[in-house]
Amino acid sequence: MNNRIYSLSLAVGFKALLAGFILLLSLSGIPGAVAQVDTFEFDSEEQQQRFRKLSNEFRCPMCQNTNLTGSSGGVAEDLRREIHRMIQDGLSDAEIEQFMFERYGDFIFYRPRLRAETVLLWFGPPVFLFVGGFVAFGISRRAKKLSEENTELDGEQQARLKELLDNKV
Amino acid sequence: MNKLKFYIPVISFFALALQLWRGLYLDPKELPSMLIDKPMPGFQLSTVAGTEVENDDLPDQIFLLNVWGSYCLPCLIEHPTLMRLSEEGEIPVVGVNYRDRQALALDWLADNGNPFAFSILDEDGRFGIDLGVYGAPETYLVDENGVIRFRHVSVLDERVWEEEFVPAIAELRGQRSSDE
Amino acid sequence: MIPELGQFSLILAFCLSVLLGTLPLVGASRNNLLWMDLARPLTAGVFVFLGISISILAYAFATDDFSVQFVTQHSNSLLPTRYKLTAVWGGHEGSFLLWTFMLSCWMLAVSIYSKSMPIDFVVRVLGVLGVLCAAYILFMLATSNPFDRIVPLPPVDGTDLNPALQDFGFIIHPPTLYMGYVGFSVVFAFAIAALLSGRLDAAWARWSRPWANVAWAVLTIGIALGSWWAYYELGWGGWWAWDPVENPPLITWLFGTALIHSLAATEKRGVFKSWTVLLAILAFSGSLLGTFITRSGLLTSVHAFASDPTRGFFILAILGVAVGGSLLLFALRAPLMKSEAGFDLVSREVLLLGNNVLLVVAAASVFLGTLFPMVYQAITDDLISIGPPYFNAIFVPLMILLVLLLGIGPLCRWKKTSISYLTLQLGKVLLSSVALGVLIPLAVLLEFSFAATVSVTLAAWISLSMLKDLANKTANKSSRIKGLKALSLSYYGMQAAHIGAAVMLIGIGLTSAFSYEKSVLLEAGQNIDLGNYNFQFNGSSAVNGPNYVGNEADIEVKKNGQFLENLYPQRRIYLASGTPSTEMAIDAGFLRDLFVTLGEQKESGAWSMTIYVKPFIRWIWLGALFMAFGGIIAAGDKRYRRLRRRQLEKVDNELSSGLQTAG
Repeated sequence: MNNRIYSLSLAVGFKALLAGFILLLSLSGIPGAVAQVDTFEFDSEEQQQRFRKLSNEFRCPMCQNTNLTGSSGGVAEDLRREIHRMIQDGLSDAEIEQFMFERYGDFIFYRPRLRAETVLLWFGPPVFLFVGGFVAFGISRRAKKLSEENTELDGEQQARLKELLDNKV
Repeated sequence: MNKLKFYIPVISFFALALQLWRGLYLDPKELPSMLIDKPMPGFQLSTVAGTEVENDDLPDQIFLLNVWGSYCLPCLIEHPTLMRLSEEGEIPVVGVNYRDRQALALDWLADNGNPFAFSILDEDGRFGIDLGVYGAPETYLVDENGVIRFRHVSVLDERVWEEEFVPAIAELRGQRSSDE
Repeated sequence: MIPELGQFSLILAFCLSVLLGTLPLVGASRNNLLWMDLARPLTAGVFVFLGISISILAYAFATDDFSVQFVTQHSNSLLPTRYKLTAVWGGHEGSFLLWTFMLSCWMLAVSIYSKSMPIDFVVRVLGVLGVLCAAYILFMLATSNPFDRIVPLPPVDGTDLNPALQDFGFIIHPPTLYMGYVGFSVVFAFAIAALLSGRLDAAWARWSRPWANVAWAVLTIGIALGSWWAYYELGWGGWWAWDPVENPPLITWLFGTALIHSLAATEKRGVFKSWTVLLAILAFSGSLLGTFITRSGLLTSVHAFASDPTRGFFILAILGVAVGGSLLLFALRAPLMKSEAGFDLVSREVLLLGNNVLLVVAAASVFLGTLFPMVYQAITDDLISIGPPYFNAIFVPLMILLVLLLGIGPLCRWKKTSISYLTLQLGKVLLSSVALGVLIPLAVLLEFSFAATVSVTLAAWISLSMLKDLANKTANKSSRIKGLKALSLSYYGMQAAHIGAAVMLIGIGLTSAFSYEKSVLLEAGQNIDLGNYNFQFNGSSAVNGPNYVGNEADIEVKKNGQFLENLYPQRRIYLASGTPSTEMAIDAGFLRDLFVTLGEQKESGAWSMTIYVKPFIRWIWLGALFMAFGGIIAAGDKRYRRLRRRQLEKVDNELSSGLQTAG
């Protein structure tokens, strides 16, 4: 029983790793995907990147939780075309976001804008971290005290320690 | 006091469970329109029939703006209601032929009947975007000054007409008479 | 007839689970050995009947039994057999049966690998799991019966399985994910057993750790498989969408990671006892929450099953009783579990505490972001979206902090370490890591990149720290080899898992910073350059599949002028549903992926297509593999095997005197 679990876990572990590794590097022509392909031309690499970033950060209004990049057809296609047009026309990211907001509202932003209602959302995690750190610090302090209490020697032991040390000298 | 802190998880959990329970009651929501109480976007476009129209050509009374397409099955379902509303003169209906082909749209209207005073041709969906459309069918309630007052997404059948549009129209008309 | 047998089998499994959840538990409190001995046979019975049930469902699929409603909804006579079988988990009812069957597999494993634990403890664990199992089966029988028939006239054929699911990823991802997810029920049951008995000692921690480690390892793989599948399924290079259905397994995983670290401290030093128990409950809650979100229609997601509020209520009730009940039990019993040991401000305990804080804050933040849209809608009646930009902004900094601690932790001693010792050990490691982080990207890219530097520095920080620790631990033996052999599996497991984190970090950092793509319109014969690669379009041809038709393009790829290979992306239409789909062609590589997705054919005959180059993306999942590997071999450590009595006492003595510092 002893060695069985030992070798079992090693065997399972290594076999899984090997299988996973092979699997990882295989599979060339795989089914899938509904992503769309646009062939927009841009004047610069920077514009292309802006397009990609914006189209990643806007939500497709008609889909079940996908961004514009990953959506096919319909209004998503039209919106990507509009973003391309606006980039070509020289609009800034903020102006493009405003355009989207005027027509589709907050829903279209995957990065929720900071407002009174979303304060809890954006400040929540830092608050959690602060509270967590505070609690951890409290625990550590108490643990340190506990550790000191446990290692404190009482009077008799102190005397004996002194005696030992003096004898050593 | 020290013991009370152990109750924090269970209390937080029940608060959360309450929220989740409430969440189950929430209806899947249609996207609220950003254009409520705002004027219709400006346009200068062709119609399905081939004429040219712009904002001034919109009816001078409260009307429905219906977004439709020949490919759209629910539009066919709501079609009889629109036909009735238009034929009985209850309310004018203006169409927006969204992301469709003019020829296909004309065929569809010929086959099924045309409830629309006219249908704005929006083949590339640009006008739809200005309206904040995200799919057909959608119907807007627009007042006589061209201001959008209400939007319904998905099929407009008789029940929706009675339960949602009639009260909305009454409210608008009520406001008018109290203004005067 | 046969599907009815499947339902009957479910009912039998339910009865046995109820018995398992009652009699042996009563037996444990009354010290009635006869009743306690029922636990293992009852567990086996539950496993057998659930196994029969799910086999019958698979049989119904294999034989095209369209009188069964679930089969009709998710299958079709033209569907290839392997997908007919995996369609068992293609919808809510069947996947929930899989979920419950997985639970019974874990229960069986507990009943087999628990000989070294006292019978009353094992019985409590199996009893708790039995109650859970009974609740799940009742849910199925009441609201989600996979064996419901269509009467009076069964259809001639079914609507097809969703084309996105007709794929290898679908064969392995859900079972693995569920196996890991459900696995946390075991350590949850261990925690409840401890609370019920009022005892939590080093022995409890020692028993729990292998179960927690294995469940964690399997969940790691399950999540990684989901990411891998999404990557080649979605076709635009994304591998994690922070979708409301993807997030709960991650939340469970984060709690689970905190748990396995906390368990280490509880086992070694007897500290964080009640906190560990709480983590076990939280990790398990994450799995129930995931089930709730997917199946209740609470949140919009690409993954969600069709929504049904009745089901939502039932699961919420299970959640309420299981989680609420256990948290109440925690509030009542946990104060009795006091830690006797203290520790200094600079010690391994404190670093593990830091680890736990960061992981739990991360979990809470992901949870907040996932549920916030629902709360927002309930309050403001308006809709809001929360996606990757938010989650990445919150999650990445927390993980960076965690990785910083990761380099220090293994080198830090229990109870008390001096800062000067740490500085001595890690000073050079820190400098070398920063140096590597700056120099390597510079050498490869010939320009400075912040993202690459951060990724390489952090990965080097982890790896070099590990090497230093390894060097320290093998320094005093007669030879290094002997030293390496003397180290425990538990130690190697930890190092493998941490290296896995480093590998994953490189993958995430470099792919996020350096992926690029280009969308083009190509006529036959045209080609395009992207980096060192050249892609030539050699024309397209029609394809016919078993249940689809489409077009396939021939793309010739050259690297630095040398021929590399041909890629064949496709565009398909599935016959039964008329759904189109794009099949990308991937050249998977250790250092980078290339892939092409086909768009549309224009009237001119030219095809639009997008070409992607994704450096180091496979390292993300390779890292996950290493992590899982680490978790599994750690469970094989000799501490956890049934030792002879003498050895057991020896180990216990060593533990209590705190002599062990390894692993």
